[in-house]
Amino acid sequence: MAKKSVWSDNRFWQRSAAWITGFASVLLIWLTFDTSGQISMGNDSDLKNGVTKRVPGPTVINYKITYEMDKKRQHEVPVIGEKEKFFGRDDYSEEEAAKLLHLGKLGSQTKNCMNCHTLLGNGAYYAPDLTKAWLDPAWGPTGSMQAMTGKSTKEEAMAEFLQHPSQYPTHARMMPNLGITAEEAKGLVAFLKHMSSIDTNGFPRNFGKIQGAVNGK
Amino acid sequence: MANSYLTSESKKLATWYFTVAATLFGAQLLFGLVAAIQYVIPGFLFEILDFSVARMLHINALVVWMVFAMFGSVYWLLPDETGIETVGIELGKLLFWVFTAAVTVVVLVYIFVQVGAADETSIWFIHEGREYIEAPRWADLGITVVALGFVANLFMTGMKGNRSGIVTVLMADMIAFAGLYLTGMFYTDNITVDQFWWWWVIHLWVEATWEVFVGSIAAYGLITMIGAHRKVVEMWLWIEVTMLFGSGILGMGHHYFWIGTPEYWWEIGALFSALEPLPLVAMFIHVLYDWGKMQGEESAKGQDVSVITNKPAFTWFVLNAFGNFLGAGIWGFFHTLPQVNLYTHGTQFTSAHGHLAFFGAYATILIGMMYIAVQGKNGIKVLNNTTSTIFATSMITGGVVGMTVALTVAGYVDVLVTRAQMGATWAGYFDGQSGAWFAQGMDWRLVMGVVTFTGFFFLIKDLLTIGKSTNHVR
Repeated sequence: MAKKSVWSDNRFWQRSAAWITGFASVLLIWLTFDTSGQISMGNDSDLKNGVTKRVPGPTVINYKITYEMDKKRQHEVPVIGEKEKFFGRDDYSEEEAAKLLHLGKLGSQTKNCMNCHTLLGNGAYYAPDLTKAWLDPAWGPTGSMQAMTGKSTKEEAMAEFLQHPSQYPTHARMMPNLGITAEEAKGLVAFLKHMSSIDTNGFPRNFGKIQGAVNGK
Repeated sequence: MANSYLTSESKKLATWYFTVAATLFGAQLLFGLVAAIQYVIPGFLFEILDFSVARMLHINALVVWMVFAMFGSVYWLLPDETGIETVGIELGKLLFWVFTAAVTVVVLVYIFVQVGAADETSIWFIHEGREYIEAPRWADLGITVVALGFVANLFMTGMKGNRSGIVTVLMADMIAFAGLYLTGMFYTDNITVDQFWWWWVIHLWVEATWEVFVGSIAAYGLITMIGAHRKVVEMWLWIEVTMLFGSGILGMGHHYFWIGTPEYWWEIGALFSALEPLPLVAMFIHVLYDWGKMQGEESAKGQDVSVITNKPAFTWFVLNAFGNFLGAGIWGFFHTLPQVNLYTHGTQFTSAHGHLAFFGAYATILIGMMYIAVQGKNGIKVLNNTTSTIFATSMITGGVVGMTVALTVAGYVDVLVTRAQMGATWAGYFDGQSGAWFAQGMDWRLVMGVVTFTGFFFLIKDLLTIGKSTNHVR
């Protein structure tokens, strides 16, 4: 019998498939344990003691969030600053904030946000990315959306828009009325504020930093 | 099934699965068309069937028709590969009706109920609002039962009959396929954790277990349609499994760049996802090499006939070799590195890649399997093309390629205007969307979508009538 090459031997490739699949799976599971530890949600005492978490606790809604360049990491990161009123309060307890975030995250699913918008860059591209929507200049004190809704704070402007989207057309492509109640809108805004505080490794790049690039604005 | 040549119950069940799959394929294209029109005419069906609903139906129909066609394909090849009738065929038939009924109810709820209040009841009974796996929780549990029943049938038959390499790969692959679905079924308030596990279903399905499934089907098709040598084909299959799982499992890293996960995923994702096109090159070479080899052997005997016993199916298999490499390989690779992906993530580039990849990697080969079933059901030795075959194949393929190019052009506007120039804000988003290149890209996508949809009707007509055509060798 002619000498067989290992490269055309089915047993060799079968074993390779098994070993490589096994190795990759074990590595993935190991990395999953490490990542899970790093992406678990922080809590109120982290925030009070200035401990940075990739996903801060729900009480982050009591604080001002900005998106700033980190010299060491060479990209922008969310920075949690001083206290900031959210619907008139900056003293939400851990339970209250968690309840609002729960309502908001649940609402983002039941209202099917992800099939028009993108969340953390995933979803559809029919409507703007919501990853850092809370930090969008359009909702700020001089922003077009706050002016249009006639509200004096970012969170009230957002909540108003969410409840009556088709009354505030911003583009020919409009958001439909999804029957969002006042309470659900509050939860959704809390969810958006919380999402803006997640450390997304610099995504989206230069968010809200560029003024007047196009159309001479 | 009056004039059916099928003696195997497993193959009969396969034809049921293919029928539902083809119907859902039509639904996928229909709702895709609605969504495409909404990009061009924003007021179309506003607050009646909004983009979110149309798109959910579009992508869910896609996933479900492919799962139906996959189950069908396995039920079709099992008797050939194992040499016995599928064990537990009655269970298989029962689960088929359960699955079909459940999908119907889910679709009706999507269309008529659409959204619910922000509470758990909506998650249980309407939808979960998580892209691709929106199915409400009751249906999740049902799908799990159906999938486990299917896997049980595959295992019982594989254990009892002759277990070929193809069946061995399928057994390992389908248990992973069913198991991974479980990681997408829980609720959490932490959206980073949510998306982390969500990708275990989406990525590990599409870029690992589904690709291995395609490798197995391609192997079966080559043996059946051109008489390729089993030993060679199965060697290629093992090589493909090695490379697909070797790159695809850790290639998951490319989805973990920006969702709140640690930075080390940049390197892992970049390295392994850059390797992901390699097995697709291997699959491409494998199909064309085996075809050339078998035809060459025939020519050497002085025979001037094609070795292909099913022309339409083989065309779709070759389109799979090209489409998988182009759509998943090239279109995937060009925005997979983190330096590029920082700007391209969540733009029409992703959509362009998605369209060509799902079509090239999965739709093509599953349509090929439907033609194999038509051939078997009508007892045809050599199935030739009809005019409808040619119209269906060229219009569907041309349409999808056209949509991909149009979306790629639109993607450039997203990246250059919205992301690079305007810093991804709300205002920047709409500046990008109003760009002339973007708008024209969407116009062409709609035109090409209509071409694809028209091709679909030729496909259905062909699948229903080609068996009666007289130009085949019986």
